[in-house]
Amino acid sequence: MDIYLLEAIINGLLLGGVLALLSLGLNLIFGVIDVVWICYAEVVMAAMYAVFWLYTFYGWPLLLACAAAIVFATVLGLLVHIVVIEPILGSAPINQLLATGGVLFFLQSLATLLFGTDFRNLGIRLPVLELGGIFISFSRLIAFGIALVGAVGLFLFLSRTYLGTAVRAIAQDREVMGLMGVNERRIYVLTSAIGSGLAGLAACLLVLQYDVHPFIGLTFGPITFMVCVLGGLGNMIGGFIAAFIISQIIAVGGYYFPIEAAEVLAFVFFIVLILIRPQGILGK
Amino acid sequence: MLSVKGVSKSFDGFLAVNRVSFDVASGEILGLIGPNGSGKSTIFNLIAGTLRPSGGSIAFEGREIAGLPAHRICRMGLARTFQIPRPFRRLALRENVTLAAFYGGRDVGSRAEAEAHAVAALDLVGLPNDPHTMIDGLGAAQLKKLELARALATRPRLLLADESLGGLDHAEMERAADMLGRIRRDLGITIVWVEHIMGVLMRVVDRVIVLDHGETIFQGVPRDAANDARVAEVYLGRSH
Repeated sequence: MDIYLLEAIINGLLLGGVLALLSLGLNLIFGVIDVVWICYAEVVMAAMYAVFWLYTFYGWPLLLACAAAIVFATVLGLLVHIVVIEPILGSAPINQLLATGGVLFFLQSLATLLFGTDFRNLGIRLPVLELGGIFISFSRLIAFGIALVGAVGLFLFLSRTYLGTAVRAIAQDREVMGLMGVNERRIYVLTSAIGSGLAGLAACLLVLQYDVHPFIGLTFGPITFMVCVLGGLGNMIGGFIAAFIISQIIAVGGYYFPIEAAEVLAFVFFIVLILIRPQGILGK
Repeated sequence: MLSVKGVSKSFDGFLAVNRVSFDVASGEILGLIGPNGSGKSTIFNLIAGTLRPSGGSIAFEGREIAGLPAHRICRMGLARTFQIPRPFRRLALRENVTLAAFYGGRDVGSRAEAEAHAVAALDLVGLPNDPHTMIDGLGAAQLKKLELARALATRPRLLLADESLGGLDHAEMERAADMLGRIRRDLGITIVWVEHIMGVLMRVVDRVIVLDHGETIFQGVPRDAANDARVAEVYLGRSH
C-alpha cells in the first residue's frame, strides 16, 4: 500500500478518537435528557480558552490548567442545564433547540467581546513521530489515547455502577424511574455534568492541535452533530462507530482530493446514508 | 394507612376523577374496579405522585403526600405496578429489579443488600434470579411478574397493583390472584388492586370500591357489590 495512504488512514483513526469523545458527551445528554445541546461545541470552545489563559497568562502547569478547564466546562454545563434547560424540559423540542442555540450565540459573542477574534495557541510544539516513513502527530496520538480512556471510563461507569444503570434506565423510561425511587432531576444534573466534563476533556485535547478563537466551535460542532445523527442520535456506540467512519472519509478523501473536498465528501456520504437509513447506523 | 379525601383531577376541563374518598386499612386488600375510563388508573397516578391532584388530600401513614414527587413517595414505602408492563428493555431482568431495590428501598446501605432484595423479590414472584436473563423473550405473564418484583424490591408497606391480570389467561389470572393474597399474608403488605373485570378479584379482596365516570358508586364487601343495582348497571349495560 502507498505509504501516504497508510499515513492518512492512521491520522484518520487518530482524528476519529477525538470526534468519538465529542459525540459521546452530546449523545449522553441527548439520550438521557432528550435535549440537543446545539451549544455543545461552544462549551468546548470556552474550555479551550480556559486552558489557554491558565497556561499562557497565569503560567499554570499544563496538566493543572487542563484539570481546571474540565472543572470549568462542568460548571458551565451545569449552569446551562439549570438556568436554560430545566425550566423548558417539558416544552416543545423546537423551543429547546432555539434556547440552546441562543446559548451558542451568547457564548460566541461573549468570547468575542472578552478576547477579540484573535487566533491563540498554547505555543507548544509536540514532536512528530516517524515510524518507517509514516509521520504521526504526537499531540493527535495523545488525544486519541485519552479519548479512548474517556470512552472506556464512561462505558464502565454506565455499565458497572448503579448510578450508571440508573442513567441508562432513565434514558429508556423517565416516568417509571421516579416510581422506583430515583430522583430524575438529580440524574439529569449528573448527566449534564458528565457530558460537559467530557466537553472539557475534549477541549484539552483539541487545544493541543488547534488555535482557539470564538468561532472554533463552528469547525467541529457540525461534524460532531453529523457523527451523532449518523450513529443514531442518543446511541453512544453508534456515535462511536460513526466518528471513525467520518474521520476515515475525511482523512482518506483528503489524500485523493483537497481537504475541503474531503469534508464535502463526508457530508455527501452523511446525506445519502440518512436518506437510506434515517434513524442512523444503530438507531431504532 | 392510606386516606384519600375528596380527590379530584381534571385534564383541560375534563373531570377524570371527581371528589373520590376512601380509606385503606393496614393489612387489607382493597379492590378498585370500574370500566375503562372510569378513573382508576388516574387515581393510582395521583397517589403514586405521577400526577398532581387538582383538589383534595391524600395521606399515607398520616403524612400528606398529594403533590410530592414520585421518588419521595416511593421511598416512603408506597410502590405501584403498571397495567402495561414497562420494563427497561436494555437492562437485564435482574438489573431491572436491583435498580428498584437500590433506589426505592429505604435504608439500603450496600449493593449486596440491594442484590439480596432483588433476588428475594424475583424468587417470590417465580422469575429466574440469575444476572444474565434479558427482558426480550419474556411472555406477558412473566412481564407482569417483573412489574410486581420491581415494586416488591422497594419493600413497600402499601402496594398499588394496576390491572395486574389484563392479558392473562384464566389459569394465569388465578395464580396471580393467589400471588397477591400470598404477598399480603406472608409479607404483611397492604394492597390496593385495580382491575376492570370483577371475576377473580372478588375472591381475594376484603373490600371493593366501584368507580364509574370518575365517581364512587359503591363501597363495601364483594358479596354486596354483586347484588348492587348501580354496579350491575355499569357492568351489565345500561337498561335505559
